Amino acid sequence: MGYQLLKADAERLFGQWARQWDVYAPKRMEGEGCFSDTDIVRYGKVHSLEEIEWEKKSDYSFKEVLLPINETLFYFTEEETGVPKGPEKEILVFLRACDGHAVKRLDEIYLKNGFEDFYYRRIREKVSFILMGCPSTCDSGFCASMGTNRWEDYDAYIKPDGDRVILDIKKEALGKTLAEGFDACASCPAVPDFAGENKENVILPKNLSNQSFSLPIWKEYGDRCIGCGRCNFVCPTCTCFSMQDIFYRDNARVGERRRVWASCQIDGYTEMAGGHAYRRSQGERMRFKVMHKIYDYQKRFGVPMCVGCGRCDDVCPEYISYSHCVNRLAKEGQADEE
Amino acid sequence: MKNEYIPQLSTIKEVIRHTDLEYTFRMEYTGEKEVKPGQFFEVSLPRYGEAPISVSGIGKESVDFTIRRVGKVTNEIFENYVGDRLFIRGPYGNGFDVKNYKGKELVIIAGGTGLSPVRGVVDYFANHPEQAVSTTLIAGFKSPADVLFKDDFAFWSKQISVIQTVDTAPEGYKGAVGMVTKYIPDLQFKDLDNAAFICVGPPVMIKFTVMEILKLGVAEESIWVSHERKMCCGLGKCGHCKIGSTYICLDGPVFNYVDGKDLID
Repeated sequence: MGYQLLKADAERLFGQWARQWDVYAPKRMEGEGCFSDTDIVRYGKVHSLEEIEWEKKSDYSFKEVLLPINETLFYFTEEETGVPKGPEKEILVFLRACDGHAVKRLDEIYLKNGFEDFYYRRIREKVSFILMGCPSTCDSGFCASMGTNRWEDYDAYIKPDGDRVILDIKKEALGKTLAEGFDACASCPAVPDFAGENKENVILPKNLSNQSFSLPIWKEYGDRCIGCGRCNFVCPTCTCFSMQDIFYRDNARVGERRRVWASCQIDGYTEMAGGHAYRRSQGERMRFKVMHKIYDYQKRFGVPMCVGCGRCDDVCPEYISYSHCVNRLAKEGQADEE
Repeated sequence: MKNEYIPQLSTIKEVIRHTDLEYTFRMEYTGEKEVKPGQFFEVSLPRYGEAPISVSGIGKESVDFTIRRVGKVTNEIFENYVGDRLFIRGPYGNGFDVKNYKGKELVIIAGGTGLSPVRGVVDYFANHPEQAVSTTLIAGFKSPADVLFKDDFAFWSKQISVIQTVDTAPEGYKGAVGMVTKYIPDLQFKDLDNAAFICVGPPVMIKFTVMEILKLGVAEESIWVSHERKMCCGLGKCGHCKIGSTYICLDGPVFNYVDGKDLID
């Protein structure tokens, strides 16, 4: 159902949404970037369309809405455990096509793969996704190469267009409230903007196998990587966490168990009691991550894990380009064929 | 919907002290899920966190955990166990299926605490020796002071053939000395095609033991191994135990060697 609203009307509507839903969208947080006088774009609650950053791709993905950086699983009170309340309101999340595909990747891990995750499930059920278009490609993304530049599973699409706002509502349940008081217009079809071509093109290697685990390029990346884990934290499809118990200073008999984002690039990720650990070198860890994104996940779930958002390339302090690495793997594969 | 992360309080029914570092905790378990040897539980003490511990014995309303005092959680369990309770959740993982070994010439090779996950299988065939053509246990420990399950060995030795060996021993030690691999070439079989091997221990022990077993001319599918990794959640979510496309906590920790050999950390 397509709608065209004047900006002022849309803002008024948005005010109603923000009362009814918790609305999460990328926001420009001024001065909060890593370096002096730089901004960061990350997800937060918004109360108006104006607050949303429409131009720049968010530095961190939407995943922290579904999987908080640290999440309390339960409270301990001596011998009792208590589960914190889940979200009360329904949730709207604004995201782009690549991140839309990432939702499916998260669902595979957290709703399937053995057990269903109680915490993910209860928030996931409350979320509706609002697509933000990409009128042109971002700098580092390679969504077209990954087949994630188009995403049709959105619940609604919103595009600010000059003094108007274009709205397309697919999920019926949203239609009643999202555009309350406005008539759909047959003559304003809202066709989402999808990036057709990217500046970065990535060729997925065809001949990956267990032999790819011992290629010399991993050693080379290992010499550059400093193991900071930022690539994992900005990635919309990285899902790892560690368990953590914390106890309150005022009463050491009361505390909580949390899960906290974890990184496969950081020491301790595989370390077991007694000190034995696997993949001690950064090269092996880089290999583990890259192979997971383009090979291992696909073996298990049928699609590559990587959605080509390019955030890991943007954030790396050593300027290691994951997309370049994948292309090199593809080249090595071709050389083997010849 | 079940919240798998919530542990249950479990009373410590008995503590069996094997060495200064290793105790078996017999814990109350009345859960619905049947427990198999080789499976594991997440055992925790609030404040110190959770650790994956394999089941070393299965009773009517109890499970045994043989815990080595090596980490933050396990140290704390040793300090605080007296008359106390621990939190447990599980069982997780696939475990050993004794059906695979019935009617076979079974050889179980275990290194150190690697005996814990496989102890249930040893016990089964020690109690029902007639269900296998033969059962042999080769158990290796670092030194005579590190030997676990001493009472069990007394019973097992009567029922099945047992080689208990230590890597090094003080002068005058009367038992067998040498790595577990030393005893593999001397194993006798009526029909090698009907042999089955289980190998559990530290990664390097598994590697060299399997090499020796293969030298006998045993088919890969007749070998089972169990892998130990850092399983933070046990539920296929946290990622720490993943190797390639395999989640040790879901697909393992027990693997037929045909599947287990391709796992590259």
